[in-house]
Parts: sequence; structure tokens; C-alpha cells
Amino acid sequence: MAIDSVTPVAGKAVLLSAHTRHEIDLWLAKFPADRRRSAVLAALREAQHQNQGWLSTDIMDAVADYLGLPPIQVYEVASFYSMFETKPCGRVHVSVCTNITCMLRGSDDIVAYVEKKLGIKTGESTPDGKFFLKQEEECLAACNNAPMMMVDHVFHENLTPEKVDQVLDAVQ
Amino acid sequence: MSQDLVNVEVNGVPMQARKGQMIIHVTDANGDYVPRFCYHDKLSVAANCRMCLVEVEKAPKPLPACATPVMEGMKIFTKSPRAIGAQKATMEFLLINHPLDCPICDQGGECELQDLAMGFGRDIARYNDQKRVVKDKNIGPLVSTDMTRCIHCTRCVRFTEEIAGLQSLGTLGRGENTEIGTFVEQAVDHELSGNLIDLCPVGALNSKPFRFQGRSWEMTQHAMVSPHDSVGSNLYGHVLRGKLMRVVPRTNEAINETWIADRDRFSYEGVYAADRAQKPMIREGGDWRQVDWETALERTVAGLRNVAEQHGAHQIGVLGAPSATVEELYLLARVGRALGTANLDTRLRQRDFRDQGADPLYPALGVGLADVEALDGVLVIGADLRREAPILAHRLRKAALRKGVAAKVAFVNTATLEVRHPLAAQVVAPAASLVATLGSLLKAAAEAVGQPVPAHCAALVAGANPNETDRAAVAALLAGERRAVWLGAQALRHSAYADLRAAAAALAALTGATLGYVPEGANAAGAALVGFLPHREAGLRALPRPGLDARGMLQARLKSYVLFGGVEPADHLDGEMGAVGAADFVVAVTPYASQAMLDAADVILPIGTFAETSGTYVNLNGTWQSFGGVATPIGEARPGWKVLRVLGNLLGLPGFDYTTSEEVRDEARKAAGTEAGNVQVAAYAGTYAPVAGEGGATVAVPMYAVDAVVRRATALQHTPEALRGAAAV
Repeated sequence: MAIDSVTPVAGKAVLLSAHTRHEIDLWLAKFPADRRRSAVLAALREAQHQNQGWLSTDIMDAVADYLGLPPIQVYEVASFYSMFETKPCGRVHVSVCTNITCMLRGSDDIVAYVEKKLGIKTGESTPDGKFFLKQEEECLAACNNAPMMMVDHVFHENLTPEKVDQVLDAVQ
Repeated sequence: MSQDLVNVEVNGVPMQARKGQMIIHVTDANGDYVPRFCYHDKLSVAANCRMCLVEVEKAPKPLPACATPVMEGMKIFTKSPRAIGAQKATMEFLLINHPLDCPICDQGGECELQDLAMGFGRDIARYNDQKRVVKDKNIGPLVSTDMTRCIHCTRCVRFTEEIAGLQSLGTLGRGENTEIGTFVEQAVDHELSGNLIDLCPVGALNSKPFRFQGRSWEMTQHAMVSPHDSVGSNLYGHVLRGKLMRVVPRTNEAINETWIADRDRFSYEGVYAADRAQKPMIREGGDWRQVDWETALERTVAGLRNVAEQHGAHQIGVLGAPSATVEELYLLARVGRALGTANLDTRLRQRDFRDQGADPLYPALGVGLADVEALDGVLVIGADLRREAPILAHRLRKAALRKGVAAKVAFVNTATLEVRHPLAAQVVAPAASLVATLGSLLKAAAEAVGQPVPAHCAALVAGANPNETDRAAVAALLAGERRAVWLGAQALRHSAYADLRAAAAALAALTGATLGYVPEGANAAGAALVGFLPHREAGLRALPRPGLDARGMLQARLKSYVLFGGVEPADHLDGEMGAVGAADFVVAVTPYASQAMLDAADVILPIGTFAETSGTYVNLNGTWQSFGGVATPIGEARPGWKVLRVLGNLLGLPGFDYTTSEEVRDEARKAAGTEAGNVQVAAYAGTYAPVAGEGGATVAVPMYAVDAVVRRATALQHTPEALRGAAAV
């Protein structure tokens, strides 16, 4: 019956690396001093990179502590946006666009090829924890060069199976 | 003013409204009801439920009344076909995912969604697809969740952020997967959290202790007043077949607005604790025997008379609970004085009574509860306000967050407190050096205003060396024009309370602040007014030969004690209640026959709790609030004032033929004097020097251990706050 009171976050900011803090500071500088909440999105993106591609509760608490926010305000943002993962997944996020233009240009085949190549289904991660094949919900706005995919924020367009090989094989 | 008013028309009726007011304010004031879910008077506007859509002339589409400011010449239609159509459509969307489980929902019968679906919805659903299901969350022992019923109005989210002061509930996920929750399982940990239950317009958040206990239409509603703090929050008790089933707030903008503390809401569980005294009992030899009332009362009178004859009446000590009613304490004082003892006290946790002669007529806050929000500078000494008087803490928080020029608030305490509003300074000192700390503040204040420290406090400031925090606290008090210095329960419990008060009074005098008190118990003011004190009778008449105060009674190890209204060992801080066990004859007039009580007492007279007696409490503003008996007393328990009336009859006292508690109250009120209800705090005129030693004693009492009823409230005892309190003891 007894359950915890509040998530203790004070002091958790130390979990953020110097690089992550530096990046967050750059974003904080763009907003008024009393609007630290505005930097949540950017801070979570950096924190997700630092944490091997997903946001653990700890790392979200660290962001909350660093920005001086109630943790729930960070959880809200993290759970709202599809580019944030709150469950463990692969480090490299592979998102193949399947919206209408890409679909007309054969994205279904690209998805099938990536799935076969990585040996996983959409929404799964490779067992070595390297790749996460994301279920992409929205158009990524590169319709002029469809089909396309995004690998860790970088666009790759006019995809063919050969180009997919090139891109994914080049990932460290 | 006229340029601030605009002319608008609501449903064809021309009227004036303040510029910038939202449409819903205007329609509400005019009695034109607009349906709403997310809008709440005490919370910010979210405008996300869309239920309050109304038609505005020349607007291309219906507008939300809660978020549309009125403008000159605006023509608003709340019942036009377009408005009704929009509301109906919104309701249809809201019901898409809402389960049809009203028959098993505790909210059924008092549900805003149910009511508005009747008033504004369609008769049949056109939606035939699957409804979504949301997993329920565990947010603690007080509030139950049925999250599938949630319509995402976010009132609860805004409550945690704006009223509780720390957002702990949030809107997680998006689209159809949106859920209200905490993300990481945790309790909503705040002393006002139970108000979530009232805020939730559907059955998503409900009372956990009340779950499946009764239907709203079976119960009757009766006005009550909170017995747990000196604010005197207004309550409604909901009663089913004589049993108090739950407690909800009764709106009173002058006192508790629409909120009540969790302690007030859930303490009713303690009324039905397993150790309630159900029958009068007397001890014969070593054994307890249940007897009828007559036998028990005769034994009481005989025992007390016996003590008075053999040892003198001054060997009788009468300890009353500070949550006993005015009527009870007035009659108890009469009975005690008739027996010949002046040992009467409710100040069970107070340690220092040296300057009680300088006590004001009654411990008053000195500023109206609603006016607290308008204060400019406040210095709170020895008060964990959030735990002692949650509603007062909320008022003070509003002052500290006031738009424009906010109040400056400073605390002086023995521990760092978690306060969810800006603090100008938080002075922390161990209990032993609290007096010296106030000396420093006093010196800082004298320097700040350029006046000398009053002569009688010279000893306090000798050697004082104010630091930055002390100066900041004084600067906070000097902010603005309306200033107040408050002494809380922890100061009252301090072993050098007289010195604390001397310093506080001098501080108040130097800074032009009012000196106020936040006493313990619901009726500390009432007790003082009706003269339930060792040194004073009703109406401020000082006694030539004062009796012993609460602590003195226990230290003197008297031959006989009368414990009234649930006074228990836990009500005393220094463990001196052992004196009661060692006495020759102990009468416990009590709702509870706990083991400690059975060990100590010789007669147990079962009386009703606050829920089972009519009576009156006087709050820290001197407001007399009477209430009727709500629940049927369990077993053979009787309201305390009736027991005392019969006791008075058996003692042959004149004028003890009251037939109602109102007669007792009116007589008590007359005796209390005409100043009652409107009194200036007496100017402090003593001269005291700091006392060495003894100062380290604890002054904190856990929030859910303040009185006998709360200590037995099961759900409250499982809250994180109760666990913290238990850990601290």
C-alpha cells in the first residue's frame, strides 16, 4: 500500500555529460532566463544521444534537475514526441518514411529490404543494440526525392536497396 | 471605471461586463448556465474540453466561453441552435471513449459528465467501434483512479501545478494514447491532494477509502466544521443510516474557499476505529465492568468528591482536548470550578506558561483569513504551516505568488521546510538557540528602522550578531504596508515560549506588524473565550488564585485527573502522561478506550466524536461556527455536553437544565463577553530573560498525529506524509 512520494531528482544532473550540458547551455542561451522549460526538447535530444538512443527515467530526471523543472514536465514532453524513446532500443534510429509520396515511390519495398537486412521487424531493435527500426508516423518532408529514410537525423534520399546497404554498412 | 466596462448582450439581454472578462464569467453571473468540464473558477483556463462553446454574432464558428474575452457590442447566444449543436457534438466526442459503467462508478449520481450528457448530449450513441482502455494508476492511499473514464480536462494536472505548487500529474503520450498520470509510479503527495476528487468532473479520480461504500443519492448531507486545525474549514458530512460515510468541502470563501485539507477529508475513518468506547465502564479491582450510564456517572461523582474531601479539590486536574467544543469546555469548566478546582487546561503540548497573564483574550491570527492574501510582509515564527494549518499555508502561498507586487514571506523555524512559493528568507536554528536567533532578528529590525530595542528585550539582543539571512527576514517583514508576525504551534510548544513571544511582540511593534497566533486544535480560541484556563474565567476575568496549567498538572502528580474529549498520552510531548496512570482516580470522558486509557482510567464515559455531537468551534479569526450532530453516536456513546449536563445535575449544580446545545452556546457566548469575535491582540508587557538549557526539546508533531481521531484514520496513516512523520519521531 505504501508507495513513494515524489521522485527525488535533486543532484541527478551529474548524470549529464559535459558535452550534453554544453549543448543544453547553447539552447538555454536562446531563451529568456525564466523560460528554461523552452529548452526541454533540445535537452532531451542531447540526453537521448548520450544515453545510447533512449531516455531512461534517470536521464530524464537529470534533465529535469538541470533545467530546474518538475520531472513530470520532462516526462510529458518525452512521451509526446515520437522522436523520443522511453523504452530501451537500439542506438542508431532508422526511420523509413512510408507516407504517401514515399509509398508511391516504393517505400514498402525499402522497409521490407531493411527489415530483411537487419533481421528485425519495424519497431524492433537488433540484438546487438545497434539499430532501432522505428515506426515512422509522419512525413519527413523530402517528397521530392522519395523514397527516403532518416538515420540518426541524417536524410538519405532516392533510396535503392544498394543505397540502403551503403548507408547502413557505413554506420559505426 | 466606466471605460473599463463594455456593453454586451447575452441571449438578447443587454448587460455590462468588465473589459477582458471571459464570456463564462458574464454568463455565470447572469445565471445563464454554460456547460463546462475543464473550466474551474480557482484554476487557470485550459480551454481544452470545448464543452462551453457558444455562438457569438459575426464569429465564423462557435467560441469557447471560458477563453473568449468579452468585447464592446458582443452578442452572445448560449442556447441558439448553433451553440446547442456545438455542445452536443462535443459531448458526442467526449463519450466516444467514456465507458458506460455509471452503475458501478462511485461518481454516478454526482457526476458532471453524467449530468451534462443528460442535459446536452444525444439520446443514442452513433459510435460503434472499440473504446480505448487505460491502465489505472496507483497515486497513493487517498485517491482512487479509473483512468479509462478520464476525459483529459487536465483540472487535476493544473491543480498539482497551481494549487499544490509542484506539478506531479501530467498529460503523457499523445492523440488516442494520451493518459493522465505520474509516469513513474508515485503518490500525489500534498496536504490538499484530496481536492482532486472534487475537481475531477468524471469518475476517474475518486475517494479510495469511500470506494464502493455507498451511492450519493442514498446519503444525506450535513454541515460540519473541521476539528483538526484552528482554521475551522467548513465541511459537509455525508451520512448513510446514521453513519458518516465521507467528508467533502463546504464552500466558504472567507475561510477555506472550495478546498479542504486531506486531514479534514479523511479523518472520518478514525470515528469508526476499533477501539471506540461503546459502553460506560468502571474499574472494579483490576477488572473493567460494563455498566449503565447511571452507575458510571454516580461512580464518577463519588470518586471526584472523595478526592476533594480527602486531598482537597486542587488535587483534581482537568485536561480537555483542544478539539472539544465550546459547549463541552464551558460546561466542563463549570463542573470543574464547582468541584473546587481551577486546574483546567487544553494547552496540552505547551511547555512554558510564564507569561500566560499577558495572553490575549484568545489566540487570534490578527488578520482575516481572506485578508492574508493581501498582506505585504509576513514573518512566520515556529510554524510548519503546511502541516499545522494547510488552508492558511495555501492563503499565504497565494500572497507570496500574488500578481504585481507579491508578499514577502520569511520563516524562522527549527528545520528547513519545503515551501512551494518564493521565500524571502528561511532562518533555521535548533530549538535551543531559537530565542537567540529572534534576538538577532530583533537587533536587525531595530537597526533597520532606526529605533531602540524595547528595554524589556534588552537581554535578548545582548550579544546578538545578525547575519545576512536574519536581515533578509527583517527586510521581508518591512516590505509594503500590511505586515504580520505569526507565532505557530512549534513556537507555542517551545520551552522558552515566553521569550519567543516577547521577541516576536517587540519585532511586531518595531515594524508596525500585527502579532498573530496559529494555535493548535480547532477550538483553542473557544477554550480561552469560555475560560477553560487555569488563570482566567470567561470574559477575561483573571483568577486571584490560578490553578495549574496542563504541564503543571502532570508534573504535580495529582491524585485525580479528568481527561476529556480524547486526551491521550500522544497528546503530550514530554511523556509526562505517566502521572495520570499513577493517580488514584481517573475519569476518561472519551470517544476511545485505547489500551493506554484502559490502563490509566477508573471510569470510562463514552462520548461522541466531532461528528456525533452538536457544538461550536471558534477559529483563529474568532468566528463562532456551530454545527449539528451529523452521525449517530456508536454504541451507548452520548454527546459530551449531555454527559456533562447530567454530571452537573448529579453534582447538584444550579442552572444545569439545558435542553439543547444551543442554550449552552448562547450562555457561553454571553459569558465570553461582548468583545468576542472582534478583539485586538493584547500588547505584550512582560520582562523576560532567556532561560538556559531545556531548549533542545522537540517541537514538531507529525501532521497525521495531532489528535485522537486523526491518529486512527487508516488511509491517512498510509500516506507518504504519515510515513515521514513516523520516521521523524
